[in-house]
Amino acid sequence: MESFEPRIVAFLCNWCAYTGADLAGTSRLQYPPNVRTIRVMCTGGVDPIYVIKALLEGADGVLIGGCHPGDCHYQSGNLKARRRVAILSSILEQLGLDPDRVWLRWISASEGKRFADTIEEMVQALKEKGPNPMREVWAI
Amino acid sequence: MSVKAVVEVKEGDVLAALRQFLRGLLEAQVVDALLVPLELPSGDAVVQTLVKDPERLERANPLAPVMPVNSASLVSRLTRRGNREKVGVVLRSCEMRALIELVKLQQASLDNLVTLGIDCLGTYEVTEYAQLRSDDDDGSGPSREQLKAASQGEILPVEGYEFRAACQICEYPVPANVDIAIGIIGVDTETKILLDMGPEIGKEVLEKLGLGEGEAPAREETVAKLVAEREKARDEAFSNFRERVNDVPSLVAQFSTCISCHNCAHACPICYCKECIFETDTFRHPSERYLMWAGRKGAARMPSDTLLFQLTRMNHMVTSCVGCGMCESACPSDLPLALIFRAVGEKVQHLFEYLPGRSLEEELPVATFKEDEFPEYK
Repeated sequence: MESFEPRIVAFLCNWCAYTGADLAGTSRLQYPPNVRTIRVMCTGGVDPIYVIKALLEGADGVLIGGCHPGDCHYQSGNLKARRRVAILSSILEQLGLDPDRVWLRWISASEGKRFADTIEEMVQALKEKGPNPMREVWAI
Repeated sequence: MSVKAVVEVKEGDVLAALRQFLRGLLEAQVVDALLVPLELPSGDAVVQTLVKDPERLERANPLAPVMPVNSASLVSRLTRRGNREKVGVVLRSCEMRALIELVKLQQASLDNLVTLGIDCLGTYEVTEYAQLRSDDDDGSGPSREQLKAASQGEILPVEGYEFRAACQICEYPVPANVDIAIGIIGVDTETKILLDMGPEIGKEVLEKLGLGEGEAPAREETVAKLVAEREKARDEAFSNFRERVNDVPSLVAQFSTCISCHNCAHACPICYCKECIFETDTFRHPSERYLMWAGRKGAARMPSDTLLFQLTRMNHMVTSCVGCGMCESACPSDLPLALIFRAVGEKVQHLFEYLPGRSLEEELPVATFKEDEFPEYK
């Protein structure tokens, strides 16, 4: 795959991960431009339907970025998200879809570098995997 | 301590004995109303009916091997916003398990309810059952031979017919967590039916109906044997499914005939959302969006989001899936939904060591969380 550029959709919580991503930007940290960010108020508000839709449309990777456990602005939204991602991963794996295309990461508002590193890491991993086969599948 | 009693059966006429027992409950005001399957006048169908007049119980047939609707949905309608009369409901195992899930989902209440669980000797599809009835007058319920087989732990369909796929792999023929358990499997039904009741209701029933205490010592072992056979069939079915569906092409092929009718969601006792997102404007996309999607992949199946519906429904409800198979029965394309959802559900439920319908005390996996779990997420 010489020029395969993975397309990542990132659901980032307003209080931590999105702010962290913003910090990466204001700090002028360089990270790959492959990510399209979607700000949500909390990862607890990320319904699996959003993640599945992204994957079925052909997103190569979906990142869910939230506050570290214990730090959720709404107390436990991220802990609910963690269970939902565990359920989603199990379902994806059992049905022949790749659960490693869905990442759940805790990124705090001050962790601009961690955000940049996460994107870097994800782009690398997805480049190795190759494009999401769903890119070609219209019969769904 | 449970109260075990027996209802006398004359000449193996279990249905007559059951009718008399249920009638007794209504007449002695142990309950004010009974939700119990009744024979329809047409003679080819049996449906759950809310009965107040004991006379109507002449047509009661809780043994009829058919389940048009999972009764948990019906109990939800009756009790969701409170129920002020004492209602008895006759339920199979999967219906009781679904009811427990619905109670936890705050869609039903057990207040003022007397749950009468009855052993399930398998069910046919509604149309198959109608055919069976028109073929043979005696197809209304298990025959004397079938009941004798059941007392030995053998559940067999009528020749030429098959039970619903969900029933063939069901390892829960005997309902749990019910107020009154009506026992047929592993019981000598030529002479008796077993009643296993909670202490309070048991006392009331013994007194008001003048029944005697009794036992069926062979029952536990007989049920265990049947359960083991069904577990084997279940594991084999799961295994076949997992071999068949294991990559993108096979997944897409599995759902190729889905027409997005959402009948599975409507039939499912667990899918209670009055406004399922898939039936809202969210999925009546503006024209430009359909054309954009068609542009992106070169083509776009219409209506959109068929696989998305299946996967989302799965994500939303599979932790509570009790395997009743209403989905598969309702599917116009005969998709093996009961098998798919049960097989996937097994592993998802295992993540939380959770079994839907096992206990009211166990919290729904999706309604709670632990501070420390799934450390793989960093």
